[in-house]
Amino acid sequence: MIAFVIRRLCQSVVVLLTVALIAFALFNYVGDPINNMVGQDTTPAERVALRHELGLDQSFLVQFARFVGHAAEGNFGLSYQEARPVGQIILERMPATLELSFVAALLALILGVPMGIYTGLHRRSLLSQAMLTTSLVGISLPTFLIGILLILVFAVMLGWLPSYGRGTVVHIGWWTTGLLTISGWKAIILPAITLALFQMTLIMRLVRSEMIEVLRTDYIKFARARGLSNRAVNFGHALKNTLVPVITITGLQLGAIIAFAVITETVFQWPGMGLMFIQAVTFADIPVMAAYLVLVGFFFVVINLVVDLLYYVVDPRLRIEHEHAAGG
Amino acid sequence: MTPAQEPLLQVEHLRVELPTRRRTLVAIDDVSFSIMPGEVLGIVGESGAGKSVTGAAIIGLLEPPLRIAGGRVVLGGRRIDDLPYEQMRHIRGREIGAIFQDPLTSLNPLYTVGRQLVETIRTHLDLGPEAARERAIALLGEVGIAAAAQRIDHYPHQFSGGMRQRVVIALALAGNPRLIIADEPTTALDVSIQAQIIALLKRLGRDHGTAIMLVTHDMGVIAETAHRVAVMYAGRIVEIGPVRAIVDAPRHPYTVGLMDSIPRIGGVRGRLKQIDGAMPRLGEIPPGCAFNPRCPLVFERCRRERPELLPSASGAAACWRFAEEGARAADG
Repeated sequence: MIAFVIRRLCQSVVVLLTVALIAFALFNYVGDPINNMVGQDTTPAERVALRHELGLDQSFLVQFARFVGHAAEGNFGLSYQEARPVGQIILERMPATLELSFVAALLALILGVPMGIYTGLHRRSLLSQAMLTTSLVGISLPTFLIGILLILVFAVMLGWLPSYGRGTVVHIGWWTTGLLTISGWKAIILPAITLALFQMTLIMRLVRSEMIEVLRTDYIKFARARGLSNRAVNFGHALKNTLVPVITITGLQLGAIIAFAVITETVFQWPGMGLMFIQAVTFADIPVMAAYLVLVGFFFVVINLVVDLLYYVVDPRLRIEHEHAAGG
Repeated sequence: MTPAQEPLLQVEHLRVELPTRRRTLVAIDDVSFSIMPGEVLGIVGESGAGKSVTGAAIIGLLEPPLRIAGGRVVLGGRRIDDLPYEQMRHIRGREIGAIFQDPLTSLNPLYTVGRQLVETIRTHLDLGPEAARERAIALLGEVGIAAAAQRIDHYPHQFSGGMRQRVVIALALAGNPRLIIADEPTTALDVSIQAQIIALLKRLGRDHGTAIMLVTHDMGVIAETAHRVAVMYAGRIVEIGPVRAIVDAPRHPYTVGLMDSIPRIGGVRGRLKQIDGAMPRLGEIPPGCAFNPRCPLVFERCRRERPELLPSASGAAACWRFAEEGARAADG
């Protein structure tokens, strides 16, 4: 078990270094940071001085090593655009994105899993057919279109919910939350639905196909032959056996939700990291872009690690093998 | 067994259909038999003869679109084939236990065998968690699992195939049923373990007075275990009777063929006999006797009319040869 965690941690470090390399390569290939920072009347000498001051005239490897070293400390340098530490900007933006992602993921799970179970158990029912047909919409419509449609209906036509922003936020230490105010909840509904819709349909279809698969197995037939109640068979025996793939996909999708919040945040002007990233792209604010890339990579790696550990909780076959390995 | 005893299970004119897009196929056709309390009835036949479907129909777990289209199943005087799912659930496990073919896939891999046993026991018997666990340990001991008190907390994958089948048998016995339907209980096991499992089933049936419906394609297992045997072919019973009589003097040509294809120790050396051809698929069953294309003794009437089970001295066989013999005997 511990050996497994250490092995996974080493792999994670390699993945993060690769992401960092790509993020760092941005500095050299996307525009010239000096041009972005200085005015038009700066002399070439001043440019060289600035380049030297920022360490941009050193070799690639030295710069990369310094970048990684600083990144590990959470220091991504100064934003070109705002001339403030990038870490500080990200910390301000992170709560909004994490709250939105969390609410969206929860929504997707709370609706997707029961719908998947229902459509898996009652394959021929009309409601199942309706859910499956509707889910096609969720899978095929692009996120921005769903967001705009929701804004049109609920913000413009009905006027029930705000079309942009985060509402009133409350500060708890460095964290800001919109989940403690009514206007915050109202503001999060539409973006959360937009972000959750695709994930929800994905989870529903996954749970459904896994349920159908598991319900065909011998141990389910044997459980029925022993007279166990429907609830015990469907939820106690079948559902738990569908969990391993569902946890895998849900975990990966949580990473995807955080990463793809970019589009939703842009549509709803949600003041999170995604919006920050888009703004950074427009200004070629490379430190912000690089930090965002590394951070998203970090989230993915952490989520994957948690997913792998959850397998051990769910599936005893993995646990035992490792106990044997540890013993022998 | 006294003659006055009521049969435990009566299957009367059971018919199971498989509706398909174009037409309805008949999987089980007019099957009737009974099982006395404590009796072991063997059901033998080739793959696809309808043995397992008969078992599934009795416990009400036919896989749709298979459905019972006629006949009755009566357990201890109570008709059970038309019970709603929730009532039938209390018969499964409590009155009729089931054992499936493959012990490797019959147990839920994510729960300890103890959890699965306790769950089943508490579904059917009014016992608290502690008492149910004690019963579970006792059951595991009874099916021959050593150190049951420790093994109860192990997961299925920590048991060998033979041991898992013992756990499956313990699960089938958990509700103390009066009848166990064992569907090919030894087919997936090593030959050396098959004999142990059969011996265990026999002993448990005797000790608990449990009747067993033993479904298998292995005539040898039936000969060792069963009191009576029913031979199935293409969805019908072609011969039924006491196991000794059928083993010693099979009457239906198909049963004769089955007996001839068993290798015998000390028998005349030579090639094993086999029955030529294959059993017809559903929907391709020929008119007349279903066995007529493969029958070495076929004559005109077999191709025209379907024979019913005709009683004989020891049992009954569905073959026109005996009708003709009977008629000749009556004439002469």
